[in-house]
Amino acid sequence: MEMLNIALPKGRLGEKVYDLFRAAGYDCPALLEPNRKLIFENEAAGVRYFWAKPSDVAIYVERGSADIGVAGKDILMEYTPDVYELLDLGLGKCRMCVAGFAGFRDDGARTLRVATKFPNITRDYYAAQSRPIDIIRLNGSIELAPIVGLSDVIVDIVETGKTLLENGLAPLAEVAPISARLIANKARFKFVGGRIDTLCRRVAAIREQEHGK
Amino acid sequence: MTDTIPPTERLAARLRELYQRYGFKQYRVSKFEEYDLYARNKRFLASPHILTFSDTNGRLMALKPDITLSIINNTRDDDRTRKVWYTENVYRVPRGGGGFQEIMQAGLEMLGTVDLYAMGEVLMLAARSLEAVSPRYVLELSHMGVLTGVLDCLAAPAGAAEAILAAFEAKNAHDLASVCAGAGVDGADAALLERLCRLSGPARPAVEELLSLPLPPAARQAAAELDQLTGLLELFGPCNASVDLSLINDTDYYNGLLFRGYVDGVAAPVLTGGRYDSLIHRMGKRGGAIGFAVYLNELERFLTQPADRDVDTLLVYEPGDDPAAVIAAVQAEVAQGRTVRTQLAGRTAVTYGRCIRPDGREAT
Repeated sequence: MEMLNIALPKGRLGEKVYDLFRAAGYDCPALLEPNRKLIFENEAAGVRYFWAKPSDVAIYVERGSADIGVAGKDILMEYTPDVYELLDLGLGKCRMCVAGFAGFRDDGARTLRVATKFPNITRDYYAAQSRPIDIIRLNGSIELAPIVGLSDVIVDIVETGKTLLENGLAPLAEVAPISARLIANKARFKFVGGRIDTLCRRVAAIREQEHGK
Repeated sequence: MTDTIPPTERLAARLRELYQRYGFKQYRVSKFEEYDLYARNKRFLASPHILTFSDTNGRLMALKPDITLSIINNTRDDDRTRKVWYTENVYRVPRGGGGFQEIMQAGLEMLGTVDLYAMGEVLMLAARSLEAVSPRYVLELSHMGVLTGVLDCLAAPAGAAEAILAAFEAKNAHDLASVCAGAGVDGADAALLERLCRLSGPARPAVEELLSLPLPPAARQAAAELDQLTGLLELFGPCNASVDLSLINDTDYYNGLLFRGYVDGVAAPVLTGGRYDSLIHRMGKRGGAIGFAVYLNELERFLTQPADRDVDTLLVYEPGDDPAAVIAAVQAEVAQGRTVRTQLAGRTAVTYGRCIRPDGREAT
């Protein structure tokens, strides 16, 4: 049987996703062994897993190196890869938000300076409101930008809101809810679509069981 | 024997022969076209980037990013039906960026009266084109009329249509459900949309499933056309056809049948096509149109095996060797169907299968 190649995001989310896949019958014990290997196979289950940087998972899937993968909705919205988005796993739930000083009021008189790791999501969000903005692309510590006067607001992922709160900031508006999504390569789906469908059904059933507990 | 014809060129020759066998005529286009043609139809292009230059008379010209627009533009608007094929280079930025590339594309177009048989024949030629690449192919069919027929009956606000289409195209049933709920789409209509976006698989059972759904009249008519086309394809002979209604495209250009071709081992579609009556009407011409393109660039990696050597034989001679002996040795190699490179003794810049001297002895 041809192996189903699955790209998982490295880190806590990836481990949770693997637990879900294992419960659905796609076990691969070698995956959790403490070593530096990147690829793990279970021939009997017909699966080959590999760990990838979370923001790269969609690239592996879009280019067909992985048949399926799990990526955050934030990555899918930002890079719009040409893939099928088959299942909302309901894991890694958070929100993409506009955040700034709690009392910040945008009166529209000036171009809004927005710091973000997600320039495309930010551009689309403000374009839909016809609001002129100046995007400041940062790679990390986005919360710093309004504090030191680099930007008026930020667009970033908010999980608990604790970091914002500790820095005197607050979510001002929700751009979109975020969660982990199961994605598939469109071309591979034409040849192994049946197996991908089965996997999705089993994983969805496990999610429902967990929800019902 | 070493084959010196690049596999993509060999494939292009096979496609040419196939299209000519069914009466399609070659269409030759120049490499340039006025920029204005593409500026007016930017959303039809696979990439919005266009390589432009000023001609000697000051006109803004473009290196062709697309062949279909040129064929329509240069075809006289009369009552004649044209069937043409082409193999041309286009200049565009591939998805993922990285600058302009010269991309070899083969394809065929039919302009004029496009009836059911004509559509079936074009589909059959698309299937045979894929078959020429690999026996493990899938020709995926869809019909814009099914989705537009359903959407036209929804009481959804205009702004929601874009989000519905995006979720539908990604088979994203969860977001589709929440967009529909947010837009006030009736529960039964939302459930129908969800089933349609998931509907995929071998053509015959998929069409039967489609026909069993509670479709509004316009969508049912489109489903019936898909059914007839599937039947026609079956009459043409075995074909790995499937149906997937999540395959959609811009309604300003495309209407009716849409199709894509995939080959196992290539991670992107290698063939795309469909009915584009809307495009030719936008360009002020009458009649119907259907066509497809084969992306030879996507197939280059798939078809080309990395060569393990530059030549089969390296023939090394010394300054004092008899030229007649060298010639005889070279001719003997060529007669055996092997590639041979001759050079004076010394270091070489090529990789080779074996190294011989003019007398046939192995050299080191």
